[in-house]
Amino acid sequence: MIELAGLTKRYGRTTAVQDLTFSVRPGVVTGFLGPNGSGKSTTMRMILGLDHPSAGQVRIDGRRYHQLADPLTHIGALLEAKAVHPGRTAYHHLLCLAQSNDIPLRRIDDVLDLVGLAGVAKKRPKGFSLGMGQRLGIASALLGDPRILMFDEPVNGLDPEGIQWIRNLMKRLAAEGRTVFVSSHLMSEMALTADHLIVIGQGRLLADTSMARFIEENARTFVRVRSPDHERLRAALERAGGRPRQCPDGSLEIEDLPAARVGELAAENDVVLHELSHQQASLEEAFMRLTHESVEYHARAGR
Amino acid sequence: MTAPTPLPAQQAAPAHPAPGYASPIPVVRTHIGHAIASEWTKIRTVRSTVWTLLSMFVVTLGIGTLYALSLSGEDYVGMPLLAGGFFGLMLGQLGIITLGVLVISSEYGTGMMRTTLTACPRRGRVLTAKAIVFFLLAFLMTLAAAVPTALVQLAVLSDQEVPSYAVDDAVMEDSIVDGEVVASTDQVLGATLGAALYVALLGLLALAVGALLRHSAGAITVMLGVVLLPLLTALFLFGESVADLRDALIEYSPLNGLASLYGIPMMGDELDSGWPLLGLLALVTGGTLAAAFARLNAGDA
Repeated sequence: MIELAGLTKRYGRTTAVQDLTFSVRPGVVTGFLGPNGSGKSTTMRMILGLDHPSAGQVRIDGRRYHQLADPLTHIGALLEAKAVHPGRTAYHHLLCLAQSNDIPLRRIDDVLDLVGLAGVAKKRPKGFSLGMGQRLGIASALLGDPRILMFDEPVNGLDPEGIQWIRNLMKRLAAEGRTVFVSSHLMSEMALTADHLIVIGQGRLLADTSMARFIEENARTFVRVRSPDHERLRAALERAGGRPRQCPDGSLEIEDLPAARVGELAAENDVVLHELSHQQASLEEAFMRLTHESVEYHARAGR
Repeated sequence: MTAPTPLPAQQAAPAHPAPGYASPIPVVRTHIGHAIASEWTKIRTVRSTVWTLLSMFVVTLGIGTLYALSLSGEDYVGMPLLAGGFFGLMLGQLGIITLGVLVISSEYGTGMMRTTLTACPRRGRVLTAKAIVFFLLAFLMTLAAAVPTALVQLAVLSDQEVPSYAVDDAVMEDSIVDGEVVASTDQVLGATLGAALYVALLGLLALAVGALLRHSAGAITVMLGVVLLPLLTALFLFGESVADLRDALIEYSPLNGLASLYGIPMMGDELDSGWPLLGLLALVTGGTLAAAFARLNAGDA
């Protein structure tokens, strides 16, 4: 369990993270979503005690990070970018981490096997591909067999096979009862992995909700209808209480009437229809709308 | 329809969902010993350690040996017996300084520092472990280079004949016993233990500077300036009005400290053993390390 309370980070006059309060619970994958530069990495660095918060605090299973005597057995993290010395072999990288937390050395071979790097254990990460580098980072995170795992943009730059592997890994870790917190700027990626969703924009909390509810609330559904006689159709829809919107391609979009009712109205008024379809806006669109509002709000507030 | 393979969740918690994952790895209270073991692994598993130490060893012993051999035909050298070791270690110490900087600045350069501090959030402990491991390694390796260099001087230059004019030479005061050039106990200690301590301390100062600047090239440049600039500056201070400044720059130059330990201080009028300057270097290094601790603890990593 990770708990944030009023977490705030200011750099001079810029506020990178503002008053974040939320909890990340065990047993599910929690997605941490926000556009680039929204404060995700800063938040994660504060969770790990790397950056000092300007205000507020973070608790890891009820304790502050620096109170953890052997932190790697409580929380494992994959940080953005490579955080390894390129000249130290994968095995030795894991060895120095294991020694610092008194983790049994057999775990090194276990995690190298798990991430599929056993064959290059004696190689220097200098020559690793992006995917191999990510796998070494994940091996470091899993080394202490921790109850909490945190991944910052784990699928960045990975091939489809690597993405699939990480998705399954995260789901498996959560199913084992661990807390899994993963950041991304891609809604579509989160939709496939996360059970719970925390959305931030401009360093502020925008949503803290289950994935299912987020989809239900934010995926805009509407009816698209196309007719050669759309003026009469429009008038008919408006009489029925609908508010059709004219699209540039000549079709009409109606949010407040179901498709069946639109069809009935067309029949009653003898309007020929060329298209009548039920549409659903993508989650990506919903996410962009959500975060876009926060950007606009800030633009106004800053004036 | 046959049931598909059971979900991992059902495997993990067949009866009722567990409140959280319980790791089989026992919880331990880590201490400084774990950090030291970790730092020892780090320092011995990168190539820069090997090439900086190897170059220090080769340069120190090589130049020391060349010096002795080039003078082996002379009847009388006019220098303390072990002085030749200075010329090699003067250059060899740059390897130790480079390693001292790299021990910490390479972690900032590669992002490894974030991993290190995540594994050990007590930042003071990380810096302490680094300082202990580096200092001991630098001291022992410098000693391992200084001792054979001193033995070469003893073997090659011991058979000098002391001319009558040299008996009153102040520089040679401790070196001539019963008309023979010998190495006194003080000189042996200075050219081995003293020199190794001095260079290891200079390396520790480099580590502290690396921790403050977090940038390899910048920290190495600063350290080269600290070692070389006082003496170079003094060379260009001619006038009588700056004589005091010139003398102070020479006397407190890190190179003079090392030369004094070999019995050849650069200030001819004051015969310094070098140990007081070593004490001064220890104070400066301690102060810089304290600043490095403060910077590491205060800021974001």
